[in-house]
Parts: sequence; C-alpha cells; structure tokens
Amino acid sequence: MKEFHARSAMGQRVRAQALVAKDGFSARYDLDRINGTFSRPEHKLAGRSYVGRILVLDAAKGGVATAWMLHEMQARGVLPAALVLNTVNPIMVQGAALADFTMMSGFDTDITQAVPDGALVEVDPGADPPCLRILTAG
Amino acid sequence: MLAGAAGPARQWAIEHQVQVGRYLGANDFVPVSQAHIMADTESLGSAGVAWLERMAALPERQRQVRIPTITDPRGTDFAAAAKLKQLPWMLDLERRAIAAFQAMGILMTDTCINYQTIMPALRNEHMAYGDTGVVIYANSVLGARSNFEGGPSALAAGLTGRTPRYGYHLPERRRATLLIDVAETPNELTDWGALGAIIGRLAGDYWQVPALRGIGHVPTSDEMKHFGAALASYGSVALFHMIGITPEATRLDDVAVPTIPVRATITAADIRAFQRAYADKVDTVDVVVFSAPQLSLLEMRSLANMLDGRTASVPLLVVTSPQVKPDADRLGLTARMEAAGATVLSGMCFYQSYAREMAEANGWRTLATNSAKLTNILGGYGYRPALLSMAACVDAACRGRIGP
Repeated sequence: MKEFHARSAMGQRVRAQALVAKDGFSARYDLDRINGTFSRPEHKLAGRSYVGRILVLDAAKGGVATAWMLHEMQARGVLPAALVLNTVNPIMVQGAALADFTMMSGFDTDITQAVPDGALVEVDPGADPPCLRILTAG
Repeated sequence: MLAGAAGPARQWAIEHQVQVGRYLGANDFVPVSQAHIMADTESLGSAGVAWLERMAALPERQRQVRIPTITDPRGTDFAAAAKLKQLPWMLDLERRAIAAFQAMGILMTDTCINYQTIMPALRNEHMAYGDTGVVIYANSVLGARSNFEGGPSALAAGLTGRTPRYGYHLPERRRATLLIDVAETPNELTDWGALGAIIGRLAGDYWQVPALRGIGHVPTSDEMKHFGAALASYGSVALFHMIGITPEATRLDDVAVPTIPVRATITAADIRAFQRAYADKVDTVDVVVFSAPQLSLLEMRSLANMLDGRTASVPLLVVTSPQVKPDADRLGLTARMEAAGATVLSGMCFYQSYAREMAEANGWRTLATNSAKLTNILGGYGYRPALLSMAACVDAACRGRIGP
C-alpha cells in the first residue's frame, strides 16, 4: 500500500475510486452540475461522471463560484467523495469548509502522476500528517 | 464570537474563518474595510438560499453585517427576464436571496466593476472582495490587499469585520514569481483580454504573481479590467505587476530579484493565434454578448457609436451595472443601442445568469463576445464561443455570422 503525505487537509476520512487527470478544477467552468459530469470540452475528464469519486487533479482554477457550488452540489447528492489537488486556491478551501467536504492538497510529488486513474484510494485528513493511501490499483 | 455570545451567525462566520485560515497558514486576522459578495442563485442553489434565509431570520443585532458589504452581479435583470426566457423559479430564488441579503444589511450593488463605480480601494487597504476580476484589479492596479473571497467567506468577513491574514494580505506573498516580456502593447480590449488569458495559462495557479515588462503605454481602466479579468479567469491569478505602471512596481527590483528569469515573451502573433483558436470554430452566431466584466460608461458609448445606423439580426445582449445604466439612459446611449436591436441589461452578468438554461430555452449554441473571460467560462455551459473585437462582434450581430 502506497501512502502520500499532504501539507493541508480538512473533512472526514473517505474511501472511493479515484478519478485522475493532470488538469485543473472549477465547479463553474468544468462541470455539468445537474448531471454530475465534466462538461468543458477541453477538460481531460470531459464526459466522465465525478459523483462519488475521489477527484485527483492538479490545481484549483476559475472564479469564486465554487465556494457556494460545493454546498449546492452536496444538497442534491451530486458531489465527488473528496477533492485532492497539488495546489489549492482559497475558493476551494472556503467551499470545502462551508460544505464540510473532504479536501487535501500539497504533496512532495505530483499527485496526479502518483495515483492511477480508477485506483481505490483512501483520503485521511485526520492522520498526522494528512495522508492519501492507494489501496488497490485501478 | 467563537463562544456564540454575538449570536449564531457571527459564531458560524468566525469558525469558518478560523478553519479557512488554518488550512491556508494564517496566524491571525486582519481588519477589512469592505466585503463584496458573489451570490448569484445559480451558484447558491435552493440550498444556499435556504441557508441564507436561516441567517436572515435571526434577531437584527445578530444578523447585520459590521462593515460595508456589497454584492456582485445577480442572476437576472428582472425587467428582461421574460425576454431571456428565464423561468419563474429562477426569479423566485433571486427575490428570496435579495430579501435575505437586505435583512442582513447588505447593499445590493449587483456589480463586478465596483472599482470603477462604487468606491475604489486605496493602496494597502485590506478588503474581502468576492469576484476574481475585482480582486485582481484592486490588488494590482490600486495596490489594495485581498484574496479571492468566495460568497461564504465574504459574508463571514462582513459579519466579523476581519479576514484571515494569509496570501495577498502579506507583503512577502506579493513579490513576482514569473517575468513576462510583452513585445507589442495591445490596443483593443479583446487583445488585452487575450494577453491576460495567455499569461494566465502560463502562470497556472493562484500563488503565481506575474510581472510584465515592456508595456508601452499606461493602459486605461477598461483595458486593465479586461486584462485582469482574463488573467484571473484562465490562471486563477489574483495579483500582477506591470513594471513602471502599477503602484508596487516602479522598477523590476521593487517586486523581484534582478536575476528573475524571463518565463516567456508574448508577441502580437501569440495574441492573434489565441483569438483564432476560438473564432475558427464558429461560423454563424446565435447570440452576441458584451459582459464579463460589466461594461463601463465609456464602453457603452463606444458600442453605441458602433451600432448607430445598424440593425442586429441576432440577439445582442449588452450587460452593465446598475450604477452605469442610469447614466447610459440619461445620455441617450441605451436608446441608441436599443434602436439597433440590442437588449441592454443591468445588474446581472451573462455567465452568472443560468447560461445553460438560457442556451437551451433560446436555442443558443454559438456566441460571439469581446470578453476573453467569457470565452473561458462558456465552453462548460455548452456554448461554442468566438473571441472577437468589439467592432467584429457588432458586425457578427448584424450579419449573423463571423467575417465578410
């Protein structure tokens, strides 16, 4: 089992299948939040469902809307299980705090290259230091 | 506040700020003099509006903001909602959100150009601004200090009068991290937007601070507006410096070590190529939109001049702020644009106004705009956008297609 330590994390421990790409994340710019899919044609995950998956992506992108949208997506049950990023922006942190959503960021390696797409992973914000574990490869 | 003595709204607010501040490495708080809330109901959803209403139902002393708190564009212009084919449930949500914000003492300014119309920030003034275009303009052009504050965090700052001190509140975070040489200074607003977009893609994330060298003339406020909005949109960037122009960068060594390497040189050909990458995918246009950011009075005048004597053959939407609109009315600009078939909208922004639902209801698929920011956002909403100059957008509106 491989482990990767993060500098920052919040939320509850979750376990789910990873959806991985070397691309950014913005709820407003990238998602069809009604159907729960990536909708921006240029996004590397275009057309794929994010619901219930642990998203492993590069950097937080876009505007401020994600701060409300994670809360709204949670209310309708079309939310990822967690968000794992190399680099956050304040909006993702603020949105995760409002929605009580699990998020983790800041690794010594490029986490999008370390986690195979489809792998079963566990995100453990309460570990010291916070930790992402690859349980089984995809 | 943490103990709840100031009521549950302020208790939530300070708990939220502590959690955000811890994640992002803040050691303490900094007082802020204004908050600016992004809170269109497409983002809030019914869950967010209900959450706001619970805050608004608290006793007056507990629910009122402590510092001047203003709002970003709303999700509609009620006067034109039927024309846009927005649905009653959208308007109901908007009305409920407005009532809740007003009960909390928030001023419904509904604008993303408050730095042009309401009260510009001063150098070193700490703010809690909640629109990326507002933050980057205030930080870079005015020398103020703000992070991106999403709706919940801007509301928290309004309730507590402070924000966690991290990121661009700290002088050491405001140093340049990449140097860009600009070979040819843009002239058109669209070219400024394209330049911002190219640099945003290069920068890549929120913690990068580009310094631009080689800008040949002092840009206008509208040019800075389009440049900054695109840079923030494509790169999630919150601060830039223009050497010799913006207030913190009289010289390069004010913001960077002299040995900072040049990351890229941007040429006029790069800017043309960026625009062609969008325009080449579009032939006929279903709708033409001027928005994101809202238009200043001077942009409204330019557009009115270009539309005189012409007639739009496809919907032409012109979006401005509730502060600019009365002046545009008074000066006859609105009437001149409407005579050419334009719809002048106030207090909303196109992408914050149920853009996907409007596309489906109106059959809009292809769109022309002079806003690089808008082209970046609308792909995810199902549009194929073309990025054109203001004049070329007017031509496209009149001909229903791009080019001759």
